[in-house]
Amino acid sequence: MVDVIVFVVAGLVVLAGALGVVLNSNPVRSALSLVASFFGVAILFVLQEAHFLALVQVVVYAGAIVVLFLFVIMLLGVDEVEDLSVEPLAGQRIGGVVAGVAVLAFLLGGLFLSGKGGDEGAVAVTGTESVTQPIDETQPNIDNLAADLFGRNVLAFEATALLLTIATVGAVVLVRNAGAEDLSVDEPGRAER
Amino acid sequence: MRVTETWYLTLSAVLFAIGFVGVLVRRNPLVMFMSLELMLNAVNVSFVAFANKLDDIAGQTAVFFVLVVAAAEVVVGLSIVVAVMRRRPSMTADDLRSLKG
Repeated sequence: MVDVIVFVVAGLVVLAGALGVVLNSNPVRSALSLVASFFGVAILFVLQEAHFLALVQVVVYAGAIVVLFLFVIMLLGVDEVEDLSVEPLAGQRIGGVVAGVAVLAFLLGGLFLSGKGGDEGAVAVTGTESVTQPIDETQPNIDNLAADLFGRNVLAFEATALLLTIATVGAVVLVRNAGAEDLSVDEPGRAER
Repeated sequence: MRVTETWYLTLSAVLFAIGFVGVLVRRNPLVMFMSLELMLNAVNVSFVAFANKLDDIAGQTAVFFVLVVAAAEVVVGLSIVVAVMRRRPSMTADDLRSLKG
């Protein structure tokens, strides 16, 4: 019973945070709603025994990524309120909401209609229970994850190191300001530079 | 009454749809990025739910990789936004067309 209460509370926090991101006109408030949503997801991870991922969720997502967002918002000084009452592109909101409802109906349809064949929903979607890397309940969650990460997936793990290096170099190259002293002037004639 | 994986997958579907609408409707590129993160988180929730249901740690490993790729994506995406917004402080997503060579 306790896990039902935890799920409902965390789920409400997740959804309220998500709605806050989309509906707030101020980007700073959107970023702070994002923190609430990420914390709710971390609670859901704890509820499913994924302790390491809950920790990483808080440290990386709610910590690093949201701080990066806030830093960019403050750096660029774009924290003014966006006027949401005007709709520059006619029909964009209606179209967006209709597409969102369509996606939701598609996902929920796949979830609830797939069990009609006699199998239970989740198993019917993905096949039978996997035995490739069963969770060893006697070990802590982080040991299970490490055994899989540094066993079967060690090459992919090394590739992520390469990816992060490339992303860092790319970010430095993109925001570097060398030799472009007149970036504040928007001259059409200098487009070929 | 206990929490089954169907509950998590339903929550994940709703969260994904909210992020999807956010990407389509909002014009501030930073808020669009945040909505993108919501969609990634929705997928993470369903990954962990399946890992739990199917007794397979590979779902949690996938979430780990999604986290790393999301971090790299945010770094590159935000630097593009910074590079464009320096020129046009009141940028909307439409102004990203100025990236065209």
